[in-house]
Amino acid sequence: MLEITNLIKRYGQDEPVLKGLDLAVEGDSVVAIVGASGAGKSTLLRCINRLVEPTSGSIRLNGTEIINLRQRELRRVRRKIGMVFQGFNLIDRLTVMENVLAGRLGYVSLFQAVTRRFPAEDIERAFVLMERVGIAHYANKRADELSGGERQRVGVVRALMQEPEVLLADEPTASLDPRTSEQIMMLLQSLASELSLPVLINIHNVAQARSYTDRIVGLRHGTMIFDGTPGEFEKEALDAIYGGIESPEDATTTPETGTEERETDHDRT
Amino acid sequence: MTGPDPGEKRGARAWRKPSFIANPLLRYGLLVLLAGYLSWALATLPFNWERIGEGLPRAARIFGGGFPPNFSRFDLLLTGFTESLQIAILATLLGVLLSIPFAVMAARNIAPLPIYLLGRTVIIVSRSFHPVIVAILFVAAVGFGPLAGILTLTLYSIGFVGKLLAEEIEEIDWGQVEAMRSTGAGYLATLYYAVFPQILPRQVGLSMYQLDSNLRASAVVGIVGAGGIGSTLMNAFGRYDYDFAFAILLVIIAVILISEGVSGWVRKRIW
Repeated sequence: MLEITNLIKRYGQDEPVLKGLDLAVEGDSVVAIVGASGAGKSTLLRCINRLVEPTSGSIRLNGTEIINLRQRELRRVRRKIGMVFQGFNLIDRLTVMENVLAGRLGYVSLFQAVTRRFPAEDIERAFVLMERVGIAHYANKRADELSGGERQRVGVVRALMQEPEVLLADEPTASLDPRTSEQIMMLLQSLASELSLPVLINIHNVAQARSYTDRIVGLRHGTMIFDGTPGEFEKEALDAIYGGIESPEDATTTPETGTEERETDHDRT
Repeated sequence: MTGPDPGEKRGARAWRKPSFIANPLLRYGLLVLLAGYLSWALATLPFNWERIGEGLPRAARIFGGGFPPNFSRFDLLLTGFTESLQIAILATLLGVLLSIPFAVMAARNIAPLPIYLLGRTVIIVSRSFHPVIVAILFVAAVGFGPLAGILTLTLYSIGFVGKLLAEEIEEIDWGQVEAMRSTGAGYLATLYYAVFPQILPRQVGLSMYQLDSNLRASAVVGIVGAGGIGSTLMNAFGRYDYDFAFAILLVIIAVILISEGVSGWVRKRIW
């Protein structure tokens, strides 16, 4: 169970990107987070595993407070939070198997990691998961030789190798063609129920959010303005989240920080 | 007669490329200044035409003495070259290995500020002196011979490879680092998985280039006493063995040509 209370994130002296967010996710529910660029979706996800340092608030994963953890404990908690990225973020020059086993880096020693001597059960788990998503025959291929959909499957398997208690997906389908992105969404949905794993997905494609998730959360300017089932997600909510077309003053005040926030404020943990 | 007529005055518009320096006063002022400095420098530098006149026949004698090159002391030549090669290879290995930690220290995106400043300082210091000056210092410190040469070229390699590698690290795809951090990987594991694979091709290319460059430099630092073929060359000149010295020079050229070819081929293969 993931509980976020009054989460605030402010970059420097600017207006906060997240303005006191509350969100609780339980069990194996798949939650879509929708919102325009700069609404704070990516920041929200990155606050959860503290790739971005939250300014204040509380984030609890199965009872453990994540904010204010020190290095060692932070790494321990990060093992329990899998993350899937828009750009896949695979290690291009390494093989698919090495990429998958990288999901165990939080568990194995540095020596094991460098010499690639992972425990036998990790390797077995890797094969099982790769077979589950259909990439086992690529085990010894270099990651950059795969197609987009295959690479994202590697990304998903890497995250699952962590034996996560929650899975974060930051626009996992945005770099994929429509068909492949449907497949990835379907995969995330079924994995969530198979592994009874809560999944948070940042997504722009509202149609996919509707069909593959159990719950939709709408963000606008760092505040949650919608929280409900896909059935309740009507045109009104959509207009409120994306500002419709009839409010030009909103378009000019919306901070375009969607990509900047990722590049300018890496914490050095 | 409806077509455009180039001779017609009415339609002819002039265009000239704008000057590099827009202000004409500044433009001509700089030219005058440059001319003034050149004539002053030529007038004050002590060119002694008499001595230059005397030197020309001497140069001719040296060149004359160099022909035909004398390869009879091939053993001495071979010894010198083996030593140079050993110096170059050892220094490259040491330098390239040591450059990795310094490059990591000197990359702003993965090193905390104090470490970054330390790493940059090491690289700047090892780059600020020409290898010949460093060789003179090391010869004074550890005596004549190949050890001074190895130390010199190791330092030289750390500076050069470390600087370029640090810049390469600063330009890596940050997403891979984030991905490794999000798995709970520690600093060193992240370095091994997310950073090193990305800089590997560059590192191999730089090492090949550095081997090539060290081979060339090892001949030069030998002249100030740091061992290798440079020392052999200096001795030959000192004993007026111009024909042997020319033989050495020819072999140096041949070896450099070969090493440049090989390193170029390897780098092309890896890139």
